[in-house]
Amino acid sequence: MDHLDLLEAESIHIIREVAAEFQNPVMLYSIGKDSSVMVRLAQKAFHPGLIPFPLLHIDTTYKFREMIEFRDKFVESIGARLIVHTNRSAIEDGANPLRIGTQKCCGLLKTRALLDGLAAGGYDAAFGGARRDEEKSRAKERVYSFRDEFGQWDPKNQRPELWSVYNARVDKGQHIRVFPLSNWTELDVWQYIERENIPIVPLYYAKPRPMVVRGSSLVPVEQDFMLMPGEKAEMVMCRMRSLGCSPCTGAIRSEADTIEKIIDEMKLVRRSERENRVIDHDQEGSMEIKKREGYF
Amino acid sequence: MSLLRFSTAGSVDDGKSTLIGRLLYDSKGVYEDQLASVAKASVGSSGSSVGGNGGKIDLALLTDGLRAEREQGITIDVAYRYFSTPKRKFIIADTPGHEQYTRNMATGASTADLAIILIDARNGVLQQSRRHAFIANLLGIRHFVVAINKMDLVAFDEAVYDAIRTEFTEFLRRIGAPGALFIPISARDGDNVVDRSTHTPWYSGPALLDHLETVAVDEDRELLPARFPVQYVVRPNLDFRGYAGQVASGVFRPGDEVMALPARRVSKITRIVTYDGDLESAVAPQSVTICLADEIDISRGDVLVPAAKLPHVARRFRANCVWMNAQAMEPGRGYFIKHTSHQVRGVVRAINFRVDVNTLEKVGAARLQLNEIAEISIETHHPLYFDAYTLNRVTGAFIVIDPLSNETLGAGMIVDIEGREETRGQVSPVEREARFGHRGAIVAVEDQESALLLERELFDRGANVAVLPTPDSGALALAKSAGLILIAVASVPPGAIDLRRLATNEAIRQLEKRAALSGHEEQLIEGEGI
Repeated sequence: MDHLDLLEAESIHIIREVAAEFQNPVMLYSIGKDSSVMVRLAQKAFHPGLIPFPLLHIDTTYKFREMIEFRDKFVESIGARLIVHTNRSAIEDGANPLRIGTQKCCGLLKTRALLDGLAAGGYDAAFGGARRDEEKSRAKERVYSFRDEFGQWDPKNQRPELWSVYNARVDKGQHIRVFPLSNWTELDVWQYIERENIPIVPLYYAKPRPMVVRGSSLVPVEQDFMLMPGEKAEMVMCRMRSLGCSPCTGAIRSEADTIEKIIDEMKLVRRSERENRVIDHDQEGSMEIKKREGYF
Repeated sequence: MSLLRFSTAGSVDDGKSTLIGRLLYDSKGVYEDQLASVAKASVGSSGSSVGGNGGKIDLALLTDGLRAEREQGITIDVAYRYFSTPKRKFIIADTPGHEQYTRNMATGASTADLAIILIDARNGVLQQSRRHAFIANLLGIRHFVVAINKMDLVAFDEAVYDAIRTEFTEFLRRIGAPGALFIPISARDGDNVVDRSTHTPWYSGPALLDHLETVAVDEDRELLPARFPVQYVVRPNLDFRGYAGQVASGVFRPGDEVMALPARRVSKITRIVTYDGDLESAVAPQSVTICLADEIDISRGDVLVPAAKLPHVARRFRANCVWMNAQAMEPGRGYFIKHTSHQVRGVVRAINFRVDVNTLEKVGAARLQLNEIAEISIETHHPLYFDAYTLNRVTGAFIVIDPLSNETLGAGMIVDIEGREETRGQVSPVEREARFGHRGAIVAVEDQESALLLERELFDRGANVAVLPTPDSGALALAKSAGLILIAVASVPPGAIDLRRLATNEAIRQLEKRAALSGHEEQLIEGEGI
């Protein structure tokens, strides 16, 4: 068995454990490449049956149009049940990253919406596609990550996790976030997508797109994007290395328009994938702070 | 590309973080932007690992994740790191080395195939190195690398290397650990980490990374007896019923006869199903779905095994246990035991001995505190199907969960079934007690009706019990020494426990106290609000 077979077997084991031990699990589906891999692993875990839990998308309404189109087609094609949750009241109050800042915006449209969405469904386990190699504070995240009644994570007081024996016990109101891709790296994810022919959002492939060059970042022109004084959109050959909300997701200059080329690019690339996510850098140790509060 | 999982343990000053930083950095496992933020932090940092690093990037900062750690300058938890070379993908379980982090070391070692023990060349073999080797060995790691670090600070002196090697080889032999590869390195400067160093012409072995890339760790799990714990029953329609799980050991093939435990029913494997098509065979650790020829009642927690090579099926066993919670383990307390896909209630019968991780001496202990290691005797309410941990790291492992707080309290590695050393010669009272779950006793109740009620209750919990309407002293003595619970009606024979005028549940409680009757599921946690 090669490394992808081993990672796959481990992830399937995790997904089955959760389906067997929790009353009401849900799989968070962000439409990104990691989610696509996670959903494929769930299909494999229960084959020839269908995935026995719903997918939940936290829609900030700032996602790329291509992502939403892809989502609806993909979910239908695999016979899964999709639930979409949005923090409507925050949107109506005018929450957007330019007006209230990225920190507040994420807090309302992602963290708050996620916690509300989980509470609304009464879910006691939620799968997420996060990987430990993404960011420093995630290196210590458990596969089963316990959350208290307020959805918060206490990094100093995590349950020990040994072998592949997971502690699934929670009281009412508490839940577990489960990360079946914990041991995957970005390169593993791409290699698996290639090997398994997993469909992904076209934004990952390079093509000329209208972009604003802001410092070292390429910011996509989408939705009601606002130009700063002196800025001008230009066509740039580029692709998204990770997908978030369009105002906060930078693109990278790239010629990689096939999976093979993306993997070759990956092997050469010397910058981490979340570098282009504005929200990770808004304050020192910022991912850890977000996670404590309940962010994925 | 293959996969190697290894663990490291160490403290702030032995260069562990620097070594990992070096491996990540030299194998390009670090991105430029991460490096830039580390370079920024290196200027402001005054941790001991920076000392003497004059203007160089402090590689240790690459690996210290959480804010608390950055502030305190120590690694307090298990962190997982990833890097790969063209030959292998590596997963590092990076753990702190102080005694108060024994539990973290054990956690990191539980999934590792190889352990890197770090020794500071200037200080020689310290308590900490020994402790790490002991824990790694206890957790079943079969491959050891001893990295003798900071060789640059002892002028790459071969004599220093030799002395450490001799001393530590003897230590590994003493604890029954496998032999190790000793590598003289300087993590800070990179000597013998990725490339062989010109500073150690006397060392003929491989550089560290070279060894990690090539060492064979396939432990021949295929050669072990086959074990398949059932996780989930897949039944999408009336025509398909499959048992989903991960092969723990051995090989399963269509046509193989397997026995389902605990039903003890034998059937044939008809198909091994995966999303990517049926398989000709499944080996550990593949996740598959197995279909059988016969309709057998199999559910989660059951296990498929070859009828000729059964695991132990027992409620009482001995295990090495690492305690991981501030709430001490106490004999007599009820816990959940999670073993493979099976969770049962159990009680710690005894702490047989505690092991002092510094001296390796066996000492007595009334309770087991955080970070302590002991051999304990456990009794579960339902049988577990297990193998010794030294033979099978999947079917020999369990975790201990607190039924109240839900926390993971400890980790266990099964040694053997209880009473194994007494199975020769005359049957002993201990063996009888182990089998029946109670000692022999004579009890007295007031009438035939209460006698039959109590008998039924005891019988249903598996007790070896009988009602004796007309007690005779010879029969009573014999029955008691044979481990029976005898219920005498109307009279109170000498030595009998008087249960007259007690309700059945109160009578049972008396027996739990006075005949070591094992606690019942509900009874164990009665009053604890579950």
